[in-house]
Amino acid sequence: MMILKRIPTVLSNYQEAAEPRRCGRNCLGKCCLPISKLPLYAFNGDANPRNSSFGVDETPPDFFLNSLLLAQWEDRMSRGLFRYDVTACETKVIPGEYGFIAQLNEGRHLKKRPTEFLIDRVLQPFDPAKFNFTKVGQEEVLLCFGAGEGGKACFLESAPVGEDNSPNVVAINVSPIEYGHVLLIPLVLDHLPQRIDPDSFLLALHMAVEAGSPYFRLGYNSLGAFATINHLHFQAYFLSMPFPVERAPTQRVPIAKGLLCHGGVKISLLLNYPVRGLVYEGGTSLKDLSDVVSKSCMCLQENNIPFNVLISDSGWRIFLFPQCYAEKQALGEVSEEILETRVNPAVWEISGHMVLKRKKDFEEATEQYAWRLLAEVSLSEARFKEVKDYIFGAIGLEESKKENIKLEEKKETSFQSSAPIVRATCNLAEGCLVLQ
Amino acid sequence: MLAVLTAPAIGRRADSTSLSPLTSLTELMDPSLRLPVEQSLAARYSEWVAEALDEIQGCFLITDPDIAGHPIVFASRGFLAMSGYSLEEVLGRNGRIFQGAATDRQSVMEIREAIREERTLQISLLNYRKDGTPHWILFHLFPVFGVEDGRVAHFVAVQVPIPRRSRCLRSLAENRHEGGTGRFLVACRNEFRSDYKLGCNPVVELFVDVDNRGLEAEESRHATEQEKEKACDAANSILSTLAHYSKLTGRVISDKRRSEAGISAINSSLVISLGRIKQSFVLTDIQLPQMPIVYASDEFLNLTGYSRHEVLGRECWFLNGPDTDADVLHQIRQSIQAEHSCTVRLLNYRKDRSSFWNLFHISPVRNASGKIAFYVSVQMDENAKSNEHGLSPHMRQLGVVGAVKVAVRSLSMCAGPSRR
Repeated sequence: MMILKRIPTVLSNYQEAAEPRRCGRNCLGKCCLPISKLPLYAFNGDANPRNSSFGVDETPPDFFLNSLLLAQWEDRMSRGLFRYDVTACETKVIPGEYGFIAQLNEGRHLKKRPTEFLIDRVLQPFDPAKFNFTKVGQEEVLLCFGAGEGGKACFLESAPVGEDNSPNVVAINVSPIEYGHVLLIPLVLDHLPQRIDPDSFLLALHMAVEAGSPYFRLGYNSLGAFATINHLHFQAYFLSMPFPVERAPTQRVPIAKGLLCHGGVKISLLLNYPVRGLVYEGGTSLKDLSDVVSKSCMCLQENNIPFNVLISDSGWRIFLFPQCYAEKQALGEVSEEILETRVNPAVWEISGHMVLKRKKDFEEATEQYAWRLLAEVSLSEARFKEVKDYIFGAIGLEESKKENIKLEEKKETSFQSSAPIVRATCNLAEGCLVLQ
Repeated sequence: MLAVLTAPAIGRRADSTSLSPLTSLTELMDPSLRLPVEQSLAARYSEWVAEALDEIQGCFLITDPDIAGHPIVFASRGFLAMSGYSLEEVLGRNGRIFQGAATDRQSVMEIREAIREERTLQISLLNYRKDGTPHWILFHLFPVFGVEDGRVAHFVAVQVPIPRRSRCLRSLAENRHEGGTGRFLVACRNEFRSDYKLGCNPVVELFVDVDNRGLEAEESRHATEQEKEKACDAANSILSTLAHYSKLTGRVISDKRRSEAGISAINSSLVISLGRIKQSFVLTDIQLPQMPIVYASDEFLNLTGYSRHEVLGRECWFLNGPDTDADVLHQIRQSIQAEHSCTVRLLNYRKDRSSFWNLFHISPVRNASGKIAFYVSVQMDENAKSNEHGLSPHMRQLGVVGAVKVAVRSLSMCAGPSRR
């Protein structure tokens, strides 16, 4: 059994409460929630939402995100519910090819006793004695989110939750990485452990679609891949910049057969990026894309491989990263220098957004350093190939044998400047990105 | 599952087909945009430029980043013929209407970033015509800058069709490279991004035709040197036409941003982001002593009756008047001093001196350095009837604050051309 001592990130103000919550404190448990009223946003669950449009008399697509989510978030800020003002944390893009994003945030990590985390089991049963999201105060909840019936989305500022109803809840993350950092907790009363299932994944995708902005991304960390709490949740926040991983080149996996069975979902390998991963795109419907990804995740879960998932581009592109950092850490295989930064590479870090605790790390942050850190997270080429084969087996995909494509390691060469091979032939401004 | 709700509907009507793009919906442009869109070119290049542009061969669009939604303000005849749209269907819309389900998302991101960073981009792209058929184009985007203020006046998007070629021609082009794919990336940064150098970093991509199953299965399609030249030639013609006609109004443009043209507080990417917020608000720059207004939304102008140039650069107290409560003003000033947000109700005056009760909210906005860079103030006419979609007025104000905070923080993160 592998155990790591870690100082967890505090996601809720109630996380460290020593004594158990009592009824009447307006929590999210069965004692309080069913008789409460919360804002409710119901998205149009009927049709394929990605090609939707809006009429002149309806609000623009950013209603959910801007008017609702951010407004509520700003309200909680003014009520002092966050542990710090994240907008007062200096942030910058590290110069380099990919533009890793670094933030200096000394308040995110607690100074307290480390707790023990079992890290070698991706699936662990829910333990009601430990902190979970039913213990969160309702003031930390922004709204309930779910599929409505009927052809339109709608919003109610105060809707009764009702008995026999286990709502999906969007709550604030009291230690935000960025403005608007929230948690999506599907079926909060069902006490689901941190594991992907098709319905909850589809819900997360719907949220990405409703937000309607490629800069509002959702992420998921499995146990063993730096999930802090074993109660099913996704994270989401807003950053109006491309993530480094989104810039990385990809190579389509050539499919011998099976493409049509999976509703047109395209799968690619991530290239020239420190962490190996798969990229899922397309699909004739959102559900098709969701099912392929959730099946892949479930395959990893069953094989006890920790992983992280990034939902980006308003739900059009999904990245899956199997990882092994926690295991390496427990086995003492990670260098001291990297351990000292106390960066736990979860989905945001892997995607290229690094929260750094020490000023020195922030000021000296370089792309090379970020790369080195993240390279520790990645599965080796051989192991990744194995895992990839498990996944393809689980989703019924057969890779085409037509091409013998060798994936080159490009780590060392990626930072060297070399003369451009092709010059733009036009005499316009020199700022020219030629992409073929 | 949640019960059916009876509440004002907000939202989205979903299209039932999935692979076809938005082209089947014939939406007209938002009526409030009509005048700015129609005036966009004439205001800078005079009434005669449209005719001159019509004489340029080729498919191209011109967009205006200063108008909310970054709409198309001109479409060449060649473009309309190629795409099958009429001018009315295209004016006032955003360029993403030509994208569809099989358009590569990473390419879409590249375009978005090029616009944000105000630079030139040349990229192959799968677009869709009005009848839903996809076609490959070489998409060549470049900004034109106002010489005086250094801001982007317009973006021009030239499009050259890339026809399907036979396999042997394609493999000739591909022959020099080994198998394997990646993305071919050559970045030559412009002079004003000198604070960090981006090396030119080729990562080779090669399209390998997996099967012949139609355009949408193609990952990419390479343009020939000829096609690239064609794009550049068209771009040059458009640029010289615009430059020439801009002299007639005195609002001269150039393809390069003059480096001495002051570092403006607000770059066009922030303007584009702020333009999406459809409520009355202004941004004031607190780093200057008189706290001038550096951004005002269209709704603010409608509410107060002023025009944009009457407002920009002005100190932010000009809506106050004889009957405005001095105590309330004091309260606002104190909040600003204490770097807090503040919500008050005060009597304000429009340009025509009529008064209205303003539900006013002001909040500090920090940029990426973590320091306060602006104040955002949101105005709401107490008596105005509007479709609130179930949100209280205060929540609507907070929504503006949230959106502004995100935009300012994100967009000030990297060393862009207009830096704070």
